[in-house]
Amino acid sequence: MTFLKHLPTALALALACLAAAAPAHAERLRIVIDEGVIEPMPFAIPDFIDEGGAGDYARNIARVVASDLAGTGLFREIPADAHISRVTAFDAPVAYGDWQAINAQALITGAVQASGDRIVVKFYLFDVFSGQPLGEGLQFAGTPGTWRRMAHKVADAVYSRITGEGGYFDSRVVYVAESGPKNQRQKRLAVMDYDGANVQYLTDSSSIVLAPRFSPTGDRILFTSYASGFPQIYLMDVGNLATRSLGEQPGTMTFAPRFSPDGGTVVFSLERGGNSDIYALDIGGGNLRQLTNAPSIETAPSFSPDGSQIVFESDRSGNQQLYVMSAGGGEARRISGGKGRYGTPVWSPRGDMIAFTKQNEGRFHIGVMRTDGSEERLLTASFLDEGPTWAPNGRVIMFTRESAGAGGAASLFSVDITGRNLRQITTEGAASDPAWSPLLP
Amino acid sequence: MTLLPKALLLVAALGLAACNNPDRYGAGGPGGAGGQGGMGGIDSSGLGDPSNPNSIAYFNQTVGDRVLFAVDQSTLSGEARGVLAGQAAWLQSHPDYAIIIEGHADEQGTREYNLALGARRAAAVQDYLISQGIAPSRMKTISYGKERPLEVCSEEACYAKNRRAVTVLSMGAGA
Repeated sequence: MTFLKHLPTALALALACLAAAAPAHAERLRIVIDEGVIEPMPFAIPDFIDEGGAGDYARNIARVVASDLAGTGLFREIPADAHISRVTAFDAPVAYGDWQAINAQALITGAVQASGDRIVVKFYLFDVFSGQPLGEGLQFAGTPGTWRRMAHKVADAVYSRITGEGGYFDSRVVYVAESGPKNQRQKRLAVMDYDGANVQYLTDSSSIVLAPRFSPTGDRILFTSYASGFPQIYLMDVGNLATRSLGEQPGTMTFAPRFSPDGGTVVFSLERGGNSDIYALDIGGGNLRQLTNAPSIETAPSFSPDGSQIVFESDRSGNQQLYVMSAGGGEARRISGGKGRYGTPVWSPRGDMIAFTKQNEGRFHIGVMRTDGSEERLLTASFLDEGPTWAPNGRVIMFTRESAGAGGAASLFSVDITGRNLRQITTEGAASDPAWSPLLP
Repeated sequence: MTLLPKALLLVAALGLAACNNPDRYGAGGPGGAGGQGGMGGIDSSGLGDPSNPNSIAYFNQTVGDRVLFAVDQSTLSGEARGVLAGQAAWLQSHPDYAIIIEGHADEQGTREYNLALGARRAAAVQDYLISQGIAPSRMKTISYGKERPLEVCSEEACYAKNRRAVTVLSMGAGA
């Protein structure tokens, strides 16, 4: 326990949450994301027990949990053929020695029961080297069609207990699915699970669509479409796909919409006579308000999670830089100060950082900085990286990466905020402009 | 020698782009939600004979339907103003035509910024044509940002052609 004294306060607090479950040894099973992880934590997850009618779900759910955890780069699965013990019953005593022998630090066991249109998934997480459960068992129930979501919920619980952070696996991503040649790209809106599964197309490709954004509750999507012949922002109900235009003003272009944290306001760019400024509009009843008034380009606004401030980009200084202003508009202060150009700022859901696209010396980067512009950190570099979106826990960023040349194509990548674990999201075809949903209920 | 086929391809591509772009005239339902078509309103009028000075093809090729811009800029060069003066003269003598000015950017920029930049470029052309006596009521502008490059290589030779504003003719001024 002397170890505890050396832990930073935030970490100690997080540990306290776990203390109820494993008072003496919680510090053994611990990943601190801020410090980065050089060596992923080894874990074992045998196929879940079939407690009746589970069929393939017993194995498939365990596989999705394993994929979620290993996909973070923080965990490494010990494959089943290395396991010594067989888990034969959900409540059977755990042979800790067998799992210690293969150096599994965490063990996840589970069981699935299916009957009719109901499926029940339950799991335990064990701290192998301290020889006890980490947290209590949990159970999820739903229709068979939600089996992947239940697996993601198991993985979220495991991730949270070990990292002390909120989870992000049970979430969706709305994006633009692309096809066709570079000079005649077809674009349509699609949503998928965060890992690329369960793709659903929301529009056809008869009109260019750009940069969709989820509402704070994930039930609506804002996006820009050329459906009227000219770029305008639209609001779509995810449930029934009903779509309407917002704030239409003849002779203007509207684009780059984003919700306020309470979901009641859209902030966006409106272009008139070649000049783009930032405006806000109440989604329910209009009331268009102009927040910036400058002859330069003002765009890509994003609210702070408390709704009090807006970060945006402007080229008022001569090239693109990031600025923060009050949510009501008015004086803005510049926060970006490094070399190169900065665009597409997005406030972290935790409120502590701003992610952005940076262009410098012919390369594109995704980066993060504190909300005052300090501690800038570039996470990626390529021919064209742009448009970051935050995972619901503020620990992972997804973005668009486009390759160069005539055959260039866009794809989705994710990276954690330490710059580690860069990976491509598998999509059916080319994809761009991802936006992460909140964690699903 | 290799320039000729390329130039022909370019002209062909322009022709296709000019009559085949559903987004320009598309009157589809908002968002095309749920897979409904929205393909109505495509203008398929012919381009005519480029040797006929009253044809769209003549405007596109001989008068010049486009002007190019420097990186991040929307300032009209002397050469661009020359082209636009020619466009204005042609439009003065062909009052039946309305125009849509399309502003474009190269791919070296973020999506939103490029939309705004394309709008700036289209507006610069519109303002110049107004200064040359073309009625604002005959003109509309639209920005495609970096969504519709003309050239697809990722080199300055292509970028230079993609940073453009294109004046697209359509029948029905004052409609």
